[in-house]
Amino acid sequence: MADKPRSFQDIILRLQTYWAAKGCAILQPYDMEVGAGTFHPATTLRALGSKPWAAAYVQPCRRPTDGRYGENPNRLQHYYQYQVLMKPSPPDMQDLYLGSLEAIGVDASAHDIRFVEDDWESPTLGAWGLGWEVWCDGMEVSQFTYFQQVGGHDCKPVSGELTYGLERLAIYILGVDHVMDMPFNDPQTPIPLTYGDIFKQTEQEYSRWNFDIAETEVLLQHFVDAEAECQRILDAPADDPKTGRKIIMAHPAYDQCIKASHVFNLLDARGVISVTERQAYIGRVRALAKACADAFVQTKAGGAAA
Amino acid sequence: MPDLLIELFSEEIPARMQTRAADDLRKLVTDGLVEAGLTYAGAAAFSTPRRLALSVEGLTAESKAVREERKGPKVGAPDKAIEGFLRGAGVAREDLEVRDDKNGQVYFAVIEKPGRMAADIIAEVLEKTVRNFPWPKSMRWGNGNLKWVRPLHAILCILSDEAGTEVVPLEVDGIKSGNTTQGHRFLAPDAFTVANFDDYEAKLKRANVVLRADERAEAIWAEATTQAFALGLDVVEDRGLLAEVAGLVEWPVVLLGQIDDAFLGLPPEVLQTSMKEHQKFFSVRNPKTERIERFVTVANMETADNGTTILAGNQKVLSARLADAKFFWENDLRVAKAGMQPWLDSLANVTFHNKLGSQKDRIERIAALAREIAPSVGADPDLAAQAAKVAKADLSSEMVYEFPELQGLMGRYYAAEAGLDAQVAAACEEHYSPLGPSDDVPTAPVSVAVALADKIDTLTGFWAIDEKPTGSKDPFALRRAALGVIRLVLENGHRCVIGDLVVTAYQEHALAWAKQYRLRRYLDPQNEKGVTDFFEGVDGEDRFLGKDAVNAALAHEKVLITDPTTQHSSSPVYDLAHPTLNLSRDLLSFFHDRLKVFLKDKGIRHDIIDACIAMPGNDDLTLLVKRAEALAATLATDDGENLIQGFKRANNILTQAEEKDGVEYSYGADIKFAEDEAEKALFAALDAADAKIAPAMKAEDFSTAMTAMAALRAPIDAFFTDVQVNAESEILRRNRLNLLSRIRNICLSVADLTKIEG
Repeated sequence: MADKPRSFQDIILRLQTYWAAKGCAILQPYDMEVGAGTFHPATTLRALGSKPWAAAYVQPCRRPTDGRYGENPNRLQHYYQYQVLMKPSPPDMQDLYLGSLEAIGVDASAHDIRFVEDDWESPTLGAWGLGWEVWCDGMEVSQFTYFQQVGGHDCKPVSGELTYGLERLAIYILGVDHVMDMPFNDPQTPIPLTYGDIFKQTEQEYSRWNFDIAETEVLLQHFVDAEAECQRILDAPADDPKTGRKIIMAHPAYDQCIKASHVFNLLDARGVISVTERQAYIGRVRALAKACADAFVQTKAGGAAA
Repeated sequence: MPDLLIELFSEEIPARMQTRAADDLRKLVTDGLVEAGLTYAGAAAFSTPRRLALSVEGLTAESKAVREERKGPKVGAPDKAIEGFLRGAGVAREDLEVRDDKNGQVYFAVIEKPGRMAADIIAEVLEKTVRNFPWPKSMRWGNGNLKWVRPLHAILCILSDEAGTEVVPLEVDGIKSGNTTQGHRFLAPDAFTVANFDDYEAKLKRANVVLRADERAEAIWAEATTQAFALGLDVVEDRGLLAEVAGLVEWPVVLLGQIDDAFLGLPPEVLQTSMKEHQKFFSVRNPKTERIERFVTVANMETADNGTTILAGNQKVLSARLADAKFFWENDLRVAKAGMQPWLDSLANVTFHNKLGSQKDRIERIAALAREIAPSVGADPDLAAQAAKVAKADLSSEMVYEFPELQGLMGRYYAAEAGLDAQVAAACEEHYSPLGPSDDVPTAPVSVAVALADKIDTLTGFWAIDEKPTGSKDPFALRRAALGVIRLVLENGHRCVIGDLVVTAYQEHALAWAKQYRLRRYLDPQNEKGVTDFFEGVDGEDRFLGKDAVNAALAHEKVLITDPTTQHSSSPVYDLAHPTLNLSRDLLSFFHDRLKVFLKDKGIRHDIIDACIAMPGNDDLTLLVKRAEALAATLATDDGENLIQGFKRANNILTQAEEKDGVEYSYGADIKFAEDEAEKALFAALDAADAKIAPAMKAEDFSTAMTAMAALRAPIDAFFTDVQVNAESEILRRNRLNLLSRIRNICLSVADLTKIEG
């Protein structure tokens, strides 16, 4: 068994190496603000259609309501998820997952690893699946989901999705008590950096902005704009007069859906969305996600005949 | 006689589904086997997180051959009819026999079903069972189409007897049956073969799997209590949690852990809930201090360090959880100590129901209603209103946001911290009760007032917006609310007139709508036109609500209602004055239906209740039940039962005569026309009964009244034996009919005995 990882980035690198060895394409984070790694089109869109897929990536996630000015030991408004999506889900997906834990220094013979029921549902993505939260010594270290529906479409074949909450997992593996004290790079290097060196200040800045400063009128307008643009993109005829090709713009439309979703999260953090409005906003984002899913399955990557 | 063993091996099955799934497996398979002609001596099913197993003992080795004859259509019947018959019988045309019937020649199908080997039947039944298994939620995986609760990996299916073991061959979506399984995921992952059930259970145990859920639960409980006992502590009993935890492990390892001192000041319920909900820990209490001081966690793993690492990890997670809980508690205490106002304010932003306003609106209505109810339940009106105002404040607290199941209980803590009266604090917790038919009913007057107000507000509100329960659908738990009202009133012996409360509650709702629709400016008595204008401006449902709103506002303001100029039916304002009548009648009959169910469980027949519901004062439930109980007791006596017959006879004769004669015999029976001794005796008995019954009824002493009524049995029987009602003399006949009418009146003054069956 490999020795224990010594830093946050070591854990990430080991996961990358492990999943690369298991045949996943190692992708880079999506270049937009998202609330969870699932929003990356490599998961949401690629879970649709019949084409096989295997990808893994780190995704920075933003959850404005979770901001705690960097004070809470493990709650952050910006954090990292590690995401794996395999379609079709391989028969030994649980074993593959357990192998990844071993790769980052969790020895299954010394810990208590359990698969505890957790049905996953994303109302904004019109998606659901069944699976577990994985517990290690009573701590939730990952989510494990067999996607059944995304964007209102049945997933055929079914994708297996793994999501690791990297900070929480790393805090446990590295044995630190507070996320900000966690070594980000190797503590033996000439310039050792902790997670706090890198993120403490940004957590403070964003917490303040998220909760008190973000201009809600502008955000509301952003939401409306993104929604309109998404629909406009999807309404464009598939045949592109310039190239003479059929180009359905599922991804650009989906970007607008992601944008709308994030703006909604910001508005939520600003406390300007009432309980009743909340449902309505979620419904509007879901409508966009569904429309994008409908468009994607018309494309080649979505499994449509060329 | 072979034994059958089945194991369905899968990825982790949710704990809450395991027991039911094992039962379903047993039922579906054994029913299928029996239906196919096999018999068996016994069957038992088992579950662990990764497997469902079924053992069937003493199975017949094959089914008997069956011969069945079926009569078909006549020879020469249309082809369609014959084809249909062939399809139904599953035979070909050339196999049909022609036989002579009394109506001519008829086709007969002789269906021969040969006996089948048990293995064939099992394979068929098991495949069908797997494909149609009633999981509450199931899923597909990989490329397959099969649905199971989580991916299904293997099927063990063997028949065994003295001669040996054979695999029952079958295949479901590429999963082939076999005779192997595997043990604990980490401790004994290697596959092994299985010969029969005893071998299966024994080998599993060697491979660190305890097959039986009850055995796992008992082992957990025994070990947990032993470890706690050694420290002089008690494990807090929680059967639901024990069953759940037993479904999360195949090899239970009990570990007793510490709770950091920093968290011991939290309310014990908070510790308990946090540990149970998030971590599935048992709470361990110190009987001397009554505090929760330790926890028990159940691992699924034996480790070289005897669980030290596992326990340390669990303690760390718990500390993080409790740090959150402590953070919430301390934040909440600050708000509570300052009087909870921010929580009350923020309830304005929480929708209760989009047609019934916010939680804040709801609280204001409940407070007004609680104040009205208070005197009749012996509560101080100011305290009741105050309690209602703060009873739901904790819904805005951080703790209840995190742990919704602590609602009410936290309210009690926070109200106490806010320095409110102890009765008010108690009401915060108790006003939700009773939640079910066996839940305790609060007795403290302030709690009862708020509990009643809360439930009646809910019932009236949903009635007003026409969201009543239908069939099995009762999304707002209105039946439960009505039963709650019934139990609160009856078990405390309170006298509340439900009808009045509903009207008051309705007016609170309507007033809220009035505010919502900003109608107050239309309330100028001189401004009828304003009201009309408003109705012209709104449509549909809004219009209906607006109308009621105006009415209630009018009632509230005590304007116009008594103004003679508005008593004209064409006046819109008059229209508005009476919409609550139907609602209150309809809701009252809903209460009566729930009361019937409630009393039926207490052994009071529905016809007895009906006989009492038909009497005045039926919206005073305590009175109604008192009457029903007295009537039930009377009818249980010989006199009572026979009196009913006498009453019915009198009533029938009277009704027939009244129909025939077109008059009502209701007055003027005179003893001077009495000829017979029995007739005179009845006069005397009725006078005596009257003298007892009237004052007893006035005093609501139903049992005295009914005993006096039952005493009429003998004179009435004697009267019918000796006296002919339809006498030749019209004077005598009329007098006797009028005498019967006295029987009727006296009896009906007690209860509507015409409703009594038998």
